[in-house]
Amino acid sequence: MQRTGAQIVWECLTKEGVDVVFGYPGGAILPTYDAMLDYSVRHVLVRHEQGAAHMADGYARASGRVGVAIATSGPGATNLTTGIATAMLDSSPTVFITGQVSSKVLGTDAFQEVDVTGITLPITKHNSLVTDVRQVARTIREAFVIARSGRPGPVLVDITKDAQQAKTEFHYPEVVHLPGLHEPDPPDPESLAQALELIAGAERPLILAGAGIIRSGASRAVVEFAEKAGIPVALTLLGIGSFPQSHPLCLGMMGMHGEAFVNHAIQEADLLLALGMRFDDRVTGNLKSYAPHARKIHVEIDPSEVNKNVKVDVALVSDLQAALSALTPLVAARQHDEWLERIAAWKKDTRSRDILHRDGNGTLLAAHVMHDIWRTTGGNAVVVSDVGQHQMWEAQYYKHDDPRTLITSGGLGTMGFALPAAIGAKMARPDAEVWVIAGDGGFQMTQCELATLQQEQLDIKIAVINNGYLGMVRQWQEFFHDKRYAATPMLSPDFVKLAQAYGIEGHCVGSRQEVVPTVEKVRGSGRAALVEFKVQKEDAVYPMVPSGSDLHAMIRRPAEAGTEVRS
Amino acid sequence: MKHTLVARVMDQPGVLNRVASLFRRRAFNIESLTVGHTETEDVSRMTIVVDTAKVPAPIVAANLRKLMPVAEVVDVTHLPTVDRDLALIRVRCAPEERAETASLVEIFRARIADVAAESVIVEVTGDEQKVNGLVDLLRPRGIMEMVRTGKVAMVRGRVAEQRPAAGASHAHAAAPAATH
Repeated sequence: MQRTGAQIVWECLTKEGVDVVFGYPGGAILPTYDAMLDYSVRHVLVRHEQGAAHMADGYARASGRVGVAIATSGPGATNLTTGIATAMLDSSPTVFITGQVSSKVLGTDAFQEVDVTGITLPITKHNSLVTDVRQVARTIREAFVIARSGRPGPVLVDITKDAQQAKTEFHYPEVVHLPGLHEPDPPDPESLAQALELIAGAERPLILAGAGIIRSGASRAVVEFAEKAGIPVALTLLGIGSFPQSHPLCLGMMGMHGEAFVNHAIQEADLLLALGMRFDDRVTGNLKSYAPHARKIHVEIDPSEVNKNVKVDVALVSDLQAALSALTPLVAARQHDEWLERIAAWKKDTRSRDILHRDGNGTLLAAHVMHDIWRTTGGNAVVVSDVGQHQMWEAQYYKHDDPRTLITSGGLGTMGFALPAAIGAKMARPDAEVWVIAGDGGFQMTQCELATLQQEQLDIKIAVINNGYLGMVRQWQEFFHDKRYAATPMLSPDFVKLAQAYGIEGHCVGSRQEVVPTVEKVRGSGRAALVEFKVQKEDAVYPMVPSGSDLHAMIRRPAEAGTEVRS
Repeated sequence: MKHTLVARVMDQPGVLNRVASLFRRRAFNIESLTVGHTETEDVSRMTIVVDTAKVPAPIVAANLRKLMPVAEVVDVTHLPTVDRDLALIRVRCAPEERAETASLVEIFRARIADVAAESVIVEVTGDEQKVNGLVDLLRPRGIMEMVRTGKVAMVRGRVAEQRPAAGASHAHAAAPAATH
């Protein structure tokens, strides 16, 4: 039976098991929207295409399934780009479908024409322009395969309007032939043997757990390996959830705003076992002084990440599950009591400085809000954080035990990510308790999606951490620019009234005592709610490794009011 | 140092753009890049000479392999190869100098491809060293215009015959750790 290209789009999405797409119609994608009415895939109308991209991304991160967003040509497509780049930097499996002007006018600067495949070339894993209806099915099939395979990522398919309108026989290819698509190799036996030898010889080993563990579904395997080998685990920001934070071997987050004792452990370790992480600059600080005593083993699915930032002694280029199922049976069962005791001693110092044990002196501290939300939700919520200080406090004080329970923009650091990504996450996992944690700055970047949330009747709780500043930038200005607060003080609307304008209940909390009761109240409502937390305006995230500094040269929270302590 | 990578890529629109965009984005430094048809329909071959002072060749190769239309990448730098560069050189040449110029280029097995009133076009093929040698020799006479194709390379003899079929490039995928 002959079908139009537009129908073929939906046939393909149906074949791929897509249950929801996020999008915004327009001229060049109109045939596809018209065909949509005859298919059962749910469409979520967003308020801005950036939101659609983050929703698809949030959907993918929450579920591991491919998230899909649709937009029209020109501005529709360019609005997607921030979200596409966000998905690219954090390896999120997503497919973007954009309408394009008719092939007859391609290249003429036609109305709403922009070179979408050109613009998105460096921010997609792959992209394609389809001008021939006979290529629609194959290209979409390939997009899904590429998005999921190996190190996942975003794939964009740009389809001209005439290719959507023309008709052809529909045939969905099960098998695709792409020269650049490599199934991950099994771990190389020689490298495996070398890795085992390094592990056996290590007295102060440390696992660096990254997002690759979550992508690979290898959390269980990492726990088994770490327990058998007796190796403590440090987490990257995106690795949070890959290893249970309640586990005795879990140390917590590393890097720029990681725990001081975790960074100390990295600098003192004699072996780093990096699992599905890419030695990002926010994790390593100054590369020259990074982990100077450590041999390094890198288990990584993407060969181009090996030796990119940190030279390693052994690379296992492989899927993590495959690597661990080869390593764990052969690794010697061990304890590293002395090493763990040393780490515990450093941890004591960290505890003594912990803001949780301090009093806000009448103000509400954001860290306390995170801690209280964690306690009240039993640590079981899917938290979608935005970008900035609150993101770091969330990472420090909300203890995640399960994969895919923290969704945040790590690589690109995209403000405005949280609200739309949470909508995607909730669609993927309707039974999960989903919390947005955003700052007053980032939230205002995409707050228009409150309308989408309400239109879809989603039960999402929103915490806006309002300090009246672009807080993280203000912190950098405080530390590195003589407190010259250029363009960081920020006026916000009345968030309670804003929520109410969208038909969402709103609350405002300004003291510690109100936090738990308010969180409890909104949890029980079964409907969306927004809680604005008015927190201390000029608090800073500690510890902090200044950008490019040695990992052990952290700015610590002052021991008590007074002088700054550097370790 | 300079590394020579040979890539077999699908002959489809935009492939060169993908490769060029990758090099630009990752700040890999291209010395030369040539593209042409191969023995297989739909497959083109790129010979890429890249300066690896900042980024080691295995990382450049691993990034190239991530591009979907790229079937295979081999670093031939340390393999025995036949490599050739072609240059067309317009050199100043008065009518009375023609005989001398002709005998000079003959030494390089080059030839005069075109003659004009006050200049000739010299055509030379060879490895880069040979082409450079002739260019240096002609320079004092006044090079008015020059174009070079950039290097193409092919692995010699038995090594090449054992080359895996296109697409079976997995053996190279695990290489980056080994050489640096």
